[in-house]
Amino acid sequence: MAGDTLTSTAYIKHHLQNLTYGQHPDGSWGLAHTAAEAKEMGFWAIHVDTMFWSILLGVIFLYFFSKAARKATAGIPSGLQNFVEWIVEFIDSSVRGSFSSKNDLVAPLALTVFVWVFLMNFMDLIPVDFIPAAFERFIAPVFGIDPHAAFMKVVPSTDPNATFGMAISIFLLTIFYSLKIKGAGGFAAELTLMPFQSSNKVVQGILIPINFLLEFVSLIAKPISLSLRLFGNMYAGEMIFILIAIMFNAGLALGIFGGFLHLGWAIFHILIVTLQAFIFMTLTIVYMEMAHSHH
Amino acid sequence: MNINLTLIAEMIVFIAFVWFCKKFVWAPIINALHERKTQIADGLAAAERGQHEHELAEKRAIEALKEAKEQASEIIAKAEKRASDIVDESKTDARSEGDRLLTAAKAEIDQEVQRAKETLRADLGAIVISGAEKILEREVDASAHDDMIKKLAAQI
Repeated sequence: MAGDTLTSTAYIKHHLQNLTYGQHPDGSWGLAHTAAEAKEMGFWAIHVDTMFWSILLGVIFLYFFSKAARKATAGIPSGLQNFVEWIVEFIDSSVRGSFSSKNDLVAPLALTVFVWVFLMNFMDLIPVDFIPAAFERFIAPVFGIDPHAAFMKVVPSTDPNATFGMAISIFLLTIFYSLKIKGAGGFAAELTLMPFQSSNKVVQGILIPINFLLEFVSLIAKPISLSLRLFGNMYAGEMIFILIAIMFNAGLALGIFGGFLHLGWAIFHILIVTLQAFIFMTLTIVYMEMAHSHH
Repeated sequence: MNINLTLIAEMIVFIAFVWFCKKFVWAPIINALHERKTQIADGLAAAERGQHEHELAEKRAIEALKEAKEQASEIIAKAEKRASDIVDESKTDARSEGDRLLTAAKAEIDQEVQRAKETLRADLGAIVISGAEKILEREVDASAHDDMIKKLAAQI
């Protein structure tokens, strides 16, 4: 627990606050001590915990996979290679199933998305107080961080910055490939001449703004829904873990009950963790396919 | 919960990870998988070829065996024919040899008879003369009666 004097509200707020580094309004640089301070920092601040955990997990993923890839042979695969090949083949068949054009980037993109998102989501299954408490006790003093400001959000995918970062990158890729494959004219035509069409030129001209409105909204909705879906699921899951964790402080009976709840939710969450990673990957492939296909 | 610089940092990190994954993870693994696929396909094709060749070899072996059997039976038939020919030939040879021996024996017998007759004739002359001498009790001039004795001897 973050401290016995904490109220439930403070406990929850503490858990939902990122460790933010940025410029204070008075001009000095440092960590935000409260949520309000973090807000005041504006855009030019960075979530140290989100960056740390996402980069750590990405590096772990790439380390093991590239280790297997370096030793990859056509012969009989050994343990790690077998595991990596299993995932690679799963991604490969998913890409083959949904993506009909030829682009060497899509499969590695899907692999990165799937494994990285899975690992980031998986951090949700570590009991909510383990890492934050350890950080507060052991790591924060080393860096001279005030224990009250020692925020630590372990699950990067509960930070919309991380999910939007991925979704926007994928969105930019789809725009890039749309322009590359269809050309600026083709892409513009896709946005303005669909879904309503008319053989009459005048009617067609009137329909252009209507079509554009519809298509533009659906275009913008893609990255937003992609990132918010993952963020919402993980944030809600994290929130429930935090609420269950509050029970551990509320007496033996509630604590035991909370333990069972925690176990049940964790088991159920394994499904959500995997499913959200899979959905994120599949939608990435589908958006890339839409960017490559002609209507 | 605030949108801030983390967004752009995460985008850069994500793009870097995708690039790294494409270059150092996906490419080598998918190459290895493709290589294995071709190896397995080659192996299966080779196995099929081997089986096909095995079948052909079996067929050839059966044919060779059949041919060998035919040849063997032909040789046996020839040998049997030859054997019976040899037996026949030797029978004929034996018969002609027997005939020849018989003829030779007959000729010898005839000769012996002739010779015995000659000797008999010669001896008979002397016996007749000595008999006549005894009958006449005197010396007969053998040369004077030689012609007559010879005539007598020829009559025997």
